[in-house]
Amino acid sequence: MTKTLKLRFNRKQLCIPYAAFLILFVICPLLVIIYYAFTDGTGQFTFDNLVNFFSNGNTLGTLLNSIGISVVTTLVCLVIAYPVAYILARSKFRKKYVLLMLFVLPMWINFTLRITALKEILTAIETNIAEYPFLNTVIGMTYDFLPFMILPLYTTLSKLDKSLIEAAEDLGANGFTVFMRVILPLSVPGIISGVTMVLLPSMTNYVVLDMLYNSTYIMGSLIGSYFAAYDWNNGSMISLILLIIIFIITLATNRFSDSGESGGRTVL
Amino acid sequence: MKTAKKVISVAWLVLILAFIYIPILLLAVYSFTDATVVGGSIDGFSFQNYITLFKNEETRSMIGGTILLALGSALIATVFGTIGAIGTFYSKRTAKTLINFANQIPVVNADVVTGFSLCVLLIVLLGISKDTFVPLVAGHVVLCAPFVYLSVMPRLKQMDNNLYEAALDLGATPAQALFKVVIPQLLPGILSGFMLAITLSLDDYFITTYTKPSTFDTISTYVVNATKGGQTDIKTALWALSTIIFLIVVIVVVLMNVVSGKKKTTEERI
Repeated sequence: MTKTLKLRFNRKQLCIPYAAFLILFVICPLLVIIYYAFTDGTGQFTFDNLVNFFSNGNTLGTLLNSIGISVVTTLVCLVIAYPVAYILARSKFRKKYVLLMLFVLPMWINFTLRITALKEILTAIETNIAEYPFLNTVIGMTYDFLPFMILPLYTTLSKLDKSLIEAAEDLGANGFTVFMRVILPLSVPGIISGVTMVLLPSMTNYVVLDMLYNSTYIMGSLIGSYFAAYDWNNGSMISLILLIIIFIITLATNRFSDSGESGGRTVL
Repeated sequence: MKTAKKVISVAWLVLILAFIYIPILLLAVYSFTDATVVGGSIDGFSFQNYITLFKNEETRSMIGGTILLALGSALIATVFGTIGAIGTFYSKRTAKTLINFANQIPVVNADVVTGFSLCVLLIVLLGISKDTFVPLVAGHVVLCAPFVYLSVMPRLKQMDNNLYEAALDLGATPAQALFKVVIPQLLPGILSGFMLAITLSLDDYFITTYTKPSTFDTISTYVVNATKGGQTDIKTALWALSTIIFLIVVIVVVLMNVVSGKKKTTEERI
């Protein structure tokens, strides 16, 4: 008995290196960000960076802009992906798994190369891609993030209990009512997971815009330009604001509760 | 009515697939020509882009560097994530909750913030030189390890807890029991975590830019710089790279489907 107790203790200790790793490389950087966000270049405590952010029309505009872009991108992805996931999930095609693969396969191709391909096509169609910044931003982001919306939606929709739909039909509901009252409410978890997968990256992935010769600024671009200017303090403030936004979204969608199934990024 | 529905469904799928694949496929076609812009005139077919891609010192070293970085950091992340998951699984509730929470932070956090915060801590505050590759590898491990952890955890929950005890009762040391009994049981989870880690590392741009030595490039950072620069031969060589990666992904996905399909049929037989 004493032997097993001692050995159990050994096994538990395995979490120490990982815990140390998480503290050092995950928790510490966040603490440092908070420290830098509230100090100036000489290490003096200050609220200047915060005031800078909220008094400057450009940075505030960027915040609103990136919220606008991410909301539109998420909606476009949802409108495109929901029918795709729905059709795939309900199809009686025997090899529908192959079809699903076709839709999510691009996610394994390096995104910068995919955006290069998209850029070439857009240039061929629009001649001067700098002329349509907003449209191209949404197209680029949608192109990049669509698989991350399709996957969680498909997972939820394919697990849907068919007897519920049949019951609704037997009770006299027409196709539209069945969809609105049964299928849509039951697919909300998939929608939420897909939305978080798209909403956050489309607020921060400024490379997509850069590559499309786009002058649009989003929150991520601010960090990029402060990084280029060695302005760690203001950059940290932007990071902190992003962290708070992320925290709010995470709390709202409650993803911590169902960790382990965190959407498309973990699927392989 | 039913056929109309079916036609609309198929049309929608085809339309979206076209949106996804036309850019990639068109780029693939143009990569075999001497054209310098997609949609431009094609004077003839050539393999010049592929030759440039593998002959040019810069592109060759960035492809090699990307693969090496992905393999190395995925390996470290797999070791850390697996050991972490095993240790955490057998820990007390408080420790479990805390580690689960900390593990979830890089998963939900934006890569820009992860990269920037690591840069501020390691490079600005601690003064570790970028050229040591320490910040870069640390960044990629931070990106990947939590996902390995998440893919090993469910396997641990499914595992029969008595196996470990049985091994100990039969005289194995804890280390032996761990390596000969527990780890083989977790292998599918570890492997899928490793694969996921590789794809995450290969696809990363932000953490790499914020932590990499200035002379080192991965595919992502190289492509972004190349689109800003004006070197046409490099630009078109990257079309070749895109085509090659596309083909590799297709082959891997097909192979994995064949393998898992075979597994399923043998399982069914048994």
